[in-house]
Amino acid sequence: MIDLRELYQDIILDHGRHPRNFRKIDQPTHFAHGYNPLCGDRVTVYLSLDGNRIADAAFQGRGCAISTAAASLMTEVLKGKTVEEARALFSQFHARVTGGEAATLPEPLAEEAERLEPLTGVKAYPARVKCATLSWHALEAALKGDGTGATVKTE
Amino acid sequence: MTTARLRSVYPGPGGFDPRQLRREFPIFANNPGLVFLDSGASAQKPASVIDRVADYYRADYANVHRGVYRLSARSTELFEEAREKVRRFLNAADPHEIVFVRNATEAINLVAQSWGPASLKPGDEVLISVLEHHSNIVPWQLLRDRIGIRLVVAPLDATGGLDLAGFEARLSSRTRLVAITHVANATGALVPVETVIRLARRQGAKVLLDGSQAAPRLPVDVQAMGCDFYAFTGHKVYGPTGIGVLYGRYDLLATMPPWQGGGDMILNVTFEKTKFQDPPHRFEAGTPDISGAIGLGAAIDFIEALGRDNILEHEEALTGYGVDRLSRIPGLQLLGAGQRRLGILSFDLEGVHPHDLAQVLDEHHVAVRAGHHCAQPLLESLGHPATTRASLGVYNDERDIDRLAEAIEAAREMFRR
Repeated sequence: MIDLRELYQDIILDHGRHPRNFRKIDQPTHFAHGYNPLCGDRVTVYLSLDGNRIADAAFQGRGCAISTAAASLMTEVLKGKTVEEARALFSQFHARVTGGEAATLPEPLAEEAERLEPLTGVKAYPARVKCATLSWHALEAALKGDGTGATVKTE
Repeated sequence: MTTARLRSVYPGPGGFDPRQLRREFPIFANNPGLVFLDSGASAQKPASVIDRVADYYRADYANVHRGVYRLSARSTELFEEAREKVRRFLNAADPHEIVFVRNATEAINLVAQSWGPASLKPGDEVLISVLEHHSNIVPWQLLRDRIGIRLVVAPLDATGGLDLAGFEARLSSRTRLVAITHVANATGALVPVETVIRLARRQGAKVLLDGSQAAPRLPVDVQAMGCDFYAFTGHKVYGPTGIGVLYGRYDLLATMPPWQGGGDMILNVTFEKTKFQDPPHRFEAGTPDISGAIGLGAAIDFIEALGRDNILEHEEALTGYGVDRLSRIPGLQLLGAGQRRLGILSFDLEGVHPHDLAQVLDEHHVAVRAGHHCAQPLLESLGHPATTRASLGVYNDERDIDRLAEAIEAAREMFRR
């Protein structure tokens, strides 16, 4: 069971059971829905931007422990980041979970990226990578969108 | 493996010993400890099927219905022999009623695309049920959007089975086709098809049965049932992937236009006009999956050697054991399957998402399916957008169910707190 504990580290189980920022933002500046047609998991990511900076991030939806924990951890690290920093975090996270070449982030951001480390256990489980990235894809769609709530699919 | 040998290895009244039978399936020797409970998605293959396909390529291969040389004639003979085996498997009246297709999905699409536009007009109704797999929903939606028919859906009763009164209430003289599953893939609900067919007949409607989950589990007699179409897929009856079957009553098939054009389905082609073959070849354009059909024939031999009544008895006994065993797990809810459930156990474990559960089960070498099982409307109406599904095969026994239950307990433990 050692391998499985790599995937389901305590911090994942904790965030899966007690997700942080699991709520709706009433007047989001940006939001988008993420949907994984393979398993039916759904997530809606809400952002409140103050200029170029993410003042608040939250999510709602239903999903497995991995996707719930990923969304929860994501909203935690996003707060206070600029849009560019958020994109850099996703790009680096995506590379780490898919086994790609991860860019080196500047120091304060690199530390934040470390908080996502527990999720990189999905690397060994290709079928679960989408669980870890679903909320990030929704984030990307939200930032790109016109505020009307696009839906992004993992497929 | 001959029928005689299989009978000599697994003899006796009351059927066969699944644990012994596992020796016929090389996947288990190559994956020690595997508890395979996903036969509803696709069944494992006995050596007799694997060897038959390989031997065919080694000794008998050539294209069919073309060459005058001996090898091609032999290949054609083997291909048509497989069709005869399928006829016997379904107890169809005539091998010309057996159309080879890729899978059950293609069989249903063939009916929707060939019979549909030729027989239906705007306002005509096709009646399906909430129990259907997407493959028996989407082809009818496509047809609806194309020619303006109405798609009507029969509801479930409180136990998760087909609501027969609700079904009857939705039948009318406008109902031209009832397309319904024989056994529901997501819950194992066995549909009382005899009653369904009798009620449909009374309104003059044709009946198509999706036999994907039924064909591997119970004896099927299309003449006794009196259905017009029956669809099943080879890979779920221990045969190869890529081959499936549409049974259609000959008089119906004879009225249906081709749905794909090409070689093998024509009698004569000029640039002005083409004359088409009679069924079934009219519906088999291009070089077919010859080895798949021959492999399917070997799978049918395998099933018949075991005895279809024996298989049904085995599936029923093991399903009953599974229901009892899983019901004792706290927080586990089995999805309703109505009056009779066959071969499939679909469940939800409180506080554990099906994908997380399936992941833990895999760690215990228990293979199940998690998700919506291509039956989203059914799962939504049962209040569970996703479930974990264990589905049975001839190689499963009570020990497999025990291993499943133990692994579920381990998952409960892990996600507790």
